[in-house]
Amino acid sequence: MSETATTADATEEGESRRDFLLIATGAVGAVGTALAVWPLINSLNPAADVLALGSTEVDLAPIKVGQSITIKWRGSPVFVRRRTADEIEAAKKDDGADLPDPEADADRVQKAEWLIMVGVCTHLGCIPLGQNRGDSKGEFGGWFCPCHGSHYDTSGRIRKGPAPTNLPIPPYVFLTDTTIKIG
Amino acid sequence: MATPTWKNPVIKWIDYRLPIFTFMHGELVDYPAPKNLSYWWAFGSLAGTLLVILVLTGILLAANYTPNVDLAFVSVERIMRDVNYGWLLRYLHMNGASMYFICIYFHILRGLYYGSYKRPRELLWIIGVLILLISMPTAFLGYVLPWGQMSYWAATVITSLATAVPVIGQDLVEWLWGDFVVGNATLNRFFAWHYLFPFIILGLAFLHLWALHVHSSNNPLGIDIKGPQDKIPFHPYYTAKDGFGLGVMMIVYMVIVFFFPNFLLDVANYIPANPMVTPTHIVPEWYLMPFYAVLRAITFDIWFIPAKLIGVVAMLASIAVLFFLPWLDRSPVRSAKFRPLYKQFFWIFVLDCIVLGIVGANPPEGIFIPIGQAATAYYFTHFLVIVPILGVFEKPKALPNSISEAVTAGGGSGKEAN
Repeated sequence: MSETATTADATEEGESRRDFLLIATGAVGAVGTALAVWPLINSLNPAADVLALGSTEVDLAPIKVGQSITIKWRGSPVFVRRRTADEIEAAKKDDGADLPDPEADADRVQKAEWLIMVGVCTHLGCIPLGQNRGDSKGEFGGWFCPCHGSHYDTSGRIRKGPAPTNLPIPPYVFLTDTTIKIG
Repeated sequence: MATPTWKNPVIKWIDYRLPIFTFMHGELVDYPAPKNLSYWWAFGSLAGTLLVILVLTGILLAANYTPNVDLAFVSVERIMRDVNYGWLLRYLHMNGASMYFICIYFHILRGLYYGSYKRPRELLWIIGVLILLISMPTAFLGYVLPWGQMSYWAATVITSLATAVPVIGQDLVEWLWGDFVVGNATLNRFFAWHYLFPFIILGLAFLHLWALHVHSSNNPLGIDIKGPQDKIPFHPYYTAKDGFGLGVMMIVYMVIVFFFPNFLLDVANYIPANPMVTPTHIVPEWYLMPFYAVLRAITFDIWFIPAKLIGVVAMLASIAVLFFLPWLDRSPVRSAKFRPLYKQFFWIFVLDCIVLGIVGANPPEGIFIPIGQAATAYYFTHFLVIVPILGVFEKPKALPNSISEAVTAGGGSGKEAN
């Protein structure tokens, strides 16, 4: 660059025109590269067929009070628990307790009896125990993640351990009194 | 070290146009090395040899492996049962990774003990830390491919570390997965990355050797080469010494491959991956356990920063701190032989790493939590407090005048080169 500048037209005007061309080329090049790189990066995001596996319907009728089932939604387990009166009571009573991620039980359910949440520990993605009979339910009678020791209560709220947030609630609607659609 | 004259006309013709034979001769035959290298200096070439074995066996395994959630596990079982010598390829590859990490850990500890990271070898050391930094995810990606229970859940736990990143964590982890969970897209791309990364390591290993050959190897005395009396040519002296080390290493390696091939593997990885059931105890491969222990040591928030994020940062920092070691250690003396205090702290540090490894292998309960926290605290204290302080206050022993004088009866040929 500097060589041609001294040989060809070493006027100040020539310098500034070169500077302009250099900056313009550089700017177009940088933006162009960024635009070209985006498809490469975005190709690694979830593909259309993965996004399409959006919703699952669940028949709740066979579930008795105190029973839980696990269903698969978007590849993740969803816990569906028909809570007992005691569990609902305990969950409501703890609304005012010292919660790491404060949330009222009423905000986590559409019908108090049915607790529906994604069964993936918010720490590092393990599946907490507590769905099957004989599983450890942790110190708060809900769920317990064996990987790093997170305890969840009967509303699926984190109470103790390394997990930062409550078990998430997936989007769902009651199609009838005993059928839900998740997603 | 005169330029060799080639007699073979073909070699002569090529070398005149591309002096690759002269280059190889200079770097692998004539290359002058300190005359006092011990067997601790063999681990670099051993790690390099293992890297080549891993690449070769890996390419052949890839020829029979299918990266698909429905087929991966059975394709590995097919390799074990039906593919000719498939079992051998897989056991060589799987245990070769362990041997590789044994060698690079010994190699790193050698560097720490003899101060090989000090001027003028800082960049050589940094390239080495980069090799470690890429070798760990490479091994982890390989662990995922058989798609057993440990594969799946290790993948879930480790990739979920990305969710600790503030604000964009969830988007980032879905980008890594290509799905909302570890799924087919994840396995497919992990195979691609696992195939790619070793070639990046090979490139870095080349740079590592290039940087090494500029100033030659450090040595057990840690003093500079002062003249020809301190040096011997690489061939035949160190080709023979490394060759003997290779023989010993291969015996250990083959005993594991043929008699205890699954000793280092978790049995849970012979159960096909089940995204609905988490094994009660998830462990990484042994060579990642110390870092896993650091990750889990942080069980408390600091101000507004969640424990999860601090754990991830601590784990990354436990490797990143090595990059800064050449500037943290201010002592002008390289070898621990002449550093009475550093020598003791070095061994305490080795012990600390072993403790971290044991903690990483055990569930994060009871006594293992405080032990892990104390060992993690000590790990960082070693690099950030003890090493810098020793560099300033430790009184080193007197250094010998030259390598030759110290290691040769009668003080060698005596004369200084300049």
